Amino acid sequence: MNGFEYVGRYFTVTLADIGRVFMLLVDVFKTLPRAVRNTYLIVEQMMVIGVGSLPLVVVTSIFTGAVAAVQAAYQFQNYIPMRYLGTVIGKSVVIELGPVLTALVVGGRVGAAIAAELGTMKVTEQVDALETLAIDPLEYLVAPRFIAAIIMLPVITVFADFLAIMGGFVVAWAGMDVSAHTFFTGLKLFFHASDVYSGLIKAFFFGGIIATMGCYHGLNTKGGAEGVGIATMKAVVSSCLLILITDYILAAVLFRGVFMG
Amino acid sequence: MASDTEFIKVVGVEKSFGDNKVLRGTNLNITRGETIVIIGRSGCGKSVLLKHMIGLLKPEKGKVFVGGTEVTALSHRGMFDLRQRFGMLFQSAALFDSLTVWENVGLGLIEHTDMDRDEIRSRASEKLALVGLKGVEDVKPAELSGGMKKRVGLARAIAMDPEIILYDEPTTGLDPIMADVINELICHLKDSLSITSVVVTHDMTSAYKIGDRIAMLYEGEIIYDGTPEEVRCCGHPVIQQFVEGRAEGPIHAL
Repeated sequence: MNGFEYVGRYFTVTLADIGRVFMLLVDVFKTLPRAVRNTYLIVEQMMVIGVGSLPLVVVTSIFTGAVAAVQAAYQFQNYIPMRYLGTVIGKSVVIELGPVLTALVVGGRVGAAIAAELGTMKVTEQVDALETLAIDPLEYLVAPRFIAAIIMLPVITVFADFLAIMGGFVVAWAGMDVSAHTFFTGLKLFFHASDVYSGLIKAFFFGGIIATMGCYHGLNTKGGAEGVGIATMKAVVSSCLLILITDYILAAVLFRGVFMG
Repeated sequence: MASDTEFIKVVGVEKSFGDNKVLRGTNLNITRGETIVIIGRSGCGKSVLLKHMIGLLKPEKGKVFVGGTEVTALSHRGMFDLRQRFGMLFQSAALFDSLTVWENVGLGLIEHTDMDRDEIRSRASEKLALVGLKGVEDVKPAELSGGMKKRVGLARAIAMDPEIILYDEPTTGLDPIMADVINELICHLKDSLSITSVVVTHDMTSAYKIGDRIAMLYEGEIIYDGTPEEVRCCGHPVIQQFVEGRAEGPIHAL
């Protein structure tokens, strides 16, 4: 195979994959009216995806805020007054750091778990067994995870935003002699509720990406243990890439007028 | 309505995986209420044929009918309605490892009926007792032995009182005594509930015992189809080699 053939084949395989992902999404949307009735499955997944991810998100966000404070203070040098520290941390956290970092760590944790679980079910014929019981795997396995992820990602992002700002505040207050009054006045200075909402809209899409990639790669697992490993890896890698790409697209859409009015 | 002798009808089904042509125009008719055993070598496509009957696989060519309904033409939802008439026992049992034994058996009832959990649990216990299992309701499948898993799989297959049960190697991997227990059970289900059974196996003892009819799948086609007596006496070299289990003969062993 020469280089052109290789690139061409890789390109067509990728395009076919994208097509199948969209077909999966369409099929999942069709099952939603029936799937929402399985509340116990959705709640179970909300526990796993949302509540289960909280410890990880707590640590990630506190340190993200702390680092943001240190780095911002370093870049301020002595040219920018420290009363803007809260402004910078608040803005960067709710717009970007909160939703994106939360999605990346939750994507790693939850995307891998979904892909490994569904992948194992696929290779041990449990998915086939579901179908023989006249239960649609899309309705029973995929839809609850999808619904739980799009609900819980914004919810844990709210926690992440709050904790990151508090992490930044503690560092500023304890390490840089910035008073609480100064920090929070700065935080409120250019604070727009729309910034928070657009961050949560991002989180909503990121939740969809994580669940879709986990389920897609899980249900398309081939072979045995090795196949499950490959599916898990693909789920994590593709959701991380898609989160960053979608982040750019949403930033371009959300911050060019729609919410700035 | 289809006639009873063509309750399940497989017409010219072709299926390949990559370059491997597994089914090459397979034809088969199954009568309502009978137990048909499909024999053939490992990997010859027996399970693939079984999976076409319940719509888990789609043929590249050909059609499959069940009770007059064309399975191969059904919509996504239509397929799930049809499958409520089926039960299937998998080769590896394929139990849901995140659920307990009784939830495995009762999952179909949980999803398709309005029965409450206590009712479903007692129904599941009933079916488990039928396959000789007691007191395992609350354990997870991982804690069961191979034979027990298979029996739980069987209890799950009969939980919804299906018309048709598909057995994928029901006795493989079981000790001879347990294998006979399963055979007895398959016969019992047929006699008491007049279930149509399709059994895929290469265990000839089991095939002779449970089969009303035995069909041999060889090189992607049904090459012979007859009663156990006819199979025992038939002069077809391929069938003789298989039922006697010889390495030499028309079938290449390696």
